[in-house]
Amino acid sequence: MSLTATIIAQAAQVLDKAGQQTANAATGAGFAYGLAAIGPGIGIGYLVGQAVQAMARQPESAGQVQTTMFLGIAFTEALALLGFVVFIMLKFV
Amino acid sequence: MSLFTTSIPGPQPVAQVAKDIIRRGLIVGPLLLIVGGSIWGLAGLSSTAYGIGLVLVNFAMAAAFITYTSRISLGLLMVSVMFGFLIRLGLIFLAFWLAKDAGWMHPIALGMTIIVTHLGLLVWELRFVSASLAYPGLKPKKSKFGKSSWNFRKQKGDSKVEILDERETKESVKND
Repeated sequence: MSLTATIIAQAAQVLDKAGQQTANAATGAGFAYGLAAIGPGIGIGYLVGQAVQAMARQPESAGQVQTTMFLGIAFTEALALLGFVVFIMLKFV
Repeated sequence: MSLFTTSIPGPQPVAQVAKDIIRRGLIVGPLLLIVGGSIWGLAGLSSTAYGIGLVLVNFAMAAAFITYTSRISLGLLMVSVMFGFLIRLGLIFLAFWLAKDAGWMHPIALGMTIIVTHLGLLVWELRFVSASLAYPGLKPKKSKFGKSSWNFRKQKGDSKVEILDERETKESVKND
């Protein structure tokens, strides 16, 4: 713990204000992209799990379930893409 | 019967839906290019084109994963969707990373294009997706003569249809 605090204190001394801002932006960008991918990951896992169960129970409705599943995946994935765009904005703009 | 052995043979409506989304993307693409180019200039134009390409390839890859693996087994379908999600996110990131320092790249234009195209195409496609077991993919197209062959027969002057029409009218009068 003390080692971490020492490293952070030394980094703060080394970095100037602009450097700290860059570091903060990079940290924020990483968190934005990483956290934004977790939610859709859970959502897609749940969605596909339920869809597969539905298809296994009623194979005759597989086509309809697949179509709904595909669109659901794409909508859920839009959240991850939003996180990606936020990442771009924080890191490269 | 288990998830690991059950597969879905036959036609795959996902591929049909993805093809339709890509077709619509190509239709709306020039409009987005004009908008991107007018707001962000030449860099915006090229970045918008790059973004549209990424979104369409993303849809095509998602559909290809689902179509291919659902013919093998439902378990593999689950695996492919989850890892496909990671792979596709990684590929989008890689595509951006490779081009981020290029002169023609405008990050804001790329980001906006990805979001707008992805969501816009999905919402547009929702209007054309059927929710019936008879047509699991896209809604059937309207006949040239109207909603169904009923109108076609009516136009040709089919007497049976006219008789049926009269009966319907009488019944509706009775019900009223």
